Amino acid sequence: MSEVVIRVEGLSKRFSINARQESYQTLRDTITTAALAPFRAVKSLAAANGNQETDEESIWALKDVSFEVKNGEVVGLIGRNGAGKSTLLKILARVTEPTEGYARIVGKIGSLLEVGVGFHLELSGRENIFLNGAILGMKRADIKQRFDAIVSFAEIEKFIDTPVKHYSSGMYLRLAFAVAAHLEPEILLVDEVLAVGDAAFQKKCIGKMEEVAGEGRTVLFVSHNMAAVQSLCTRGIFLHNGTVFTDATASASISAYLRMLEQSVTQDLLERSDRRGRGQIRLARLEISTGANDHALTLATGRPAAFVFHLTGTAPKTSCIFTIYDDFGQPLATFNSAVRSPDDSRDESLGNSLVCNIDELPLVPGRYRINVAISADGELQDHLEGAAFFEVEQGAIRGRPVIRGKGYGRICLQHHWTSPS
Amino acid sequence: MCLLCFFVAYDIQPVMTISPQVVVIKPSKGWVSLNLRTLWEYRELLYFLTWRDIKVRYKQTALGAVWAILQPMATMLIFSLFFGRLVKVPSDGIPYPIFAFAALVPWTFFANGLNQSSNSLIASANLLKKVYFPRLAIPIATVLAGVVDFVLAFVVLLLLIAYYRITPTINIVWTPLFLALAFITSLGVGLWMSALNVKYRDVRYVVPFLIQIWLFATPVAYPSSLLSQPWRTIYGLNPMVGVVEGFRWALLGTNTAPGLMVVASSIAALLILITGAFYFRYMEKTFADVV
Repeated sequence: MSEVVIRVEGLSKRFSINARQESYQTLRDTITTAALAPFRAVKSLAAANGNQETDEESIWALKDVSFEVKNGEVVGLIGRNGAGKSTLLKILARVTEPTEGYARIVGKIGSLLEVGVGFHLELSGRENIFLNGAILGMKRADIKQRFDAIVSFAEIEKFIDTPVKHYSSGMYLRLAFAVAAHLEPEILLVDEVLAVGDAAFQKKCIGKMEEVAGEGRTVLFVSHNMAAVQSLCTRGIFLHNGTVFTDATASASISAYLRMLEQSVTQDLLERSDRRGRGQIRLARLEISTGANDHALTLATGRPAAFVFHLTGTAPKTSCIFTIYDDFGQPLATFNSAVRSPDDSRDESLGNSLVCNIDELPLVPGRYRINVAISADGELQDHLEGAAFFEVEQGAIRGRPVIRGKGYGRICLQHHWTSPS
Repeated sequence: MCLLCFFVAYDIQPVMTISPQVVVIKPSKGWVSLNLRTLWEYRELLYFLTWRDIKVRYKQTALGAVWAILQPMATMLIFSLFFGRLVKVPSDGIPYPIFAFAALVPWTFFANGLNQSSNSLIASANLLKKVYFPRLAIPIATVLAGVVDFVLAFVVLLLLIAYYRITPTINIVWTPLFLALAFITSLGVGLWMSALNVKYRDVRYVVPFLIQIWLFATPVAYPSSLLSQPWRTIYGLNPMVGVVEGFRWALLGTNTAPGLMVVASSIAALLILITGAFYFRYMEKTFADVV
């Protein structure tokens, strides 16, 4: 039972920065590339040897990572964007090769780096089950045997012969996950697949994951959902800048990760490199205050709150989405400036800033974290996890005191009672 | 000689399911083996990818599979008009339309296979980045899927042969061999181009140009009998010369028995395929990071 099934020794992966940038090609890039191609071809031939080994143009996504996973362990891999979680999983799934180091895996590996890989929109649900199953490494006989189970798990019996391009996104995801969930490998590598879909779908996925974990299978699970990691995993590995920072129980690693997130908030946001997006517009500073008309110093339940996002620039259709998380990493509420309300207003004097006002903060006292995404014209410009932390003090909603009560919800709603006496 | 033998020779052993299965992951250095055994283990995936390409190929087109016939037909009409009627290119004593069409059928198979396999890895970028499987399966499946188009066009070719009252000889049994030669050439060049395409998207612009030039460097619109020996044999180093002249010899009974020319073509084609496969495997480790 306790034999080692995954042994990772000194695993490192270097990316050429050039290669990374090229993977986001636009039409303009294509044109300039075509025009400059002769020069580049000559340059890279001169620097041949297969990989360009110039040091200044590469970064280590993983550096000297070692650990062992025993049979039946469910391990959560956590860390910020760019910490190397996905790279590690991709190496173990044999999608990409390590630059240095060694890994040895005993048992049938199933990797689920994305649901619905290889789905073809023109093909029917039935055809896609076979195609996707084959891509994930299932034999045709196995797929046939599990076909009914897959279809009923996905709840698409009626549409099984409809091309998936006519599916709703929910049906598509359910079908994609259903195929993957019936893979039944001995070792399962899962990357953030729970981040997609609606709540019911996520619940179903987590249920299936719990089932898989309960069957004594080995699972390596990458997630930003701390609550899922907490409930599914027996062990947590916290990766930081490509190295193993903490390798302990799931809760110990999660708290190490959350502490690290807090520390990074004190830095200038522009200095942080763990961000995603095109980066033409970035979040420079995030101010959280009690609003211009309030003289209190800290946020409190039922009091106004203002979130001011200072950006490095603006573009047409710039929008800001932010999500408030509790200290377990559970999302509580999302705010999206692109979804308009008649109460929204304009103020040209703001310059490159966006302000979100909450009249009565409905959060119970405690500590909260914010993730921010900035997009312009439908394209993600900047995404920062843990862009800010804030503390909410005890307060009152419409005069009714709200006190800290762990385990009984983080939101308080305005309400009133009617009693006989 | 044929592609099947090439693959089967390496994989004749039954697949062994070693239990427990052990996978060792480490950086590969330099040239790597073709790993045809793994490809064989994934033959079902190869089958499904081919099947997908066939199913999807003419989805949402008004004419559907008619395109497979229309492409060589249209070219034949244009060639017959310009080269046959106006320029009066010699055609080895055979009516020019059928002379051209017998060459255009394998040529179209080759050209479409090359064009599509060159773009196959880019088109499957998401697969490359998310799932492990032998990458060779992608271009192989793409070229294999073209066989269906070939068969459709080939039926039309047989009808035309009957229409022109040409009696096929026993040599017709060699046709599959020449198809295999076209397959090897198409896949061989396709492997080179698809692997290069991952890193240099210039390939996308080079391939149509290459196919155009190659068409004129191949005796599709004219007979290779315009050349005398030993130049004809040397001309055979272009593998498509052997394919095209082979088709004419096997189906139309042209008196240009290809002999040495086909030997030269086969050697050249195998060389392209083997070097292409090794280059592909050598570049394979960078695919997921670069594509």
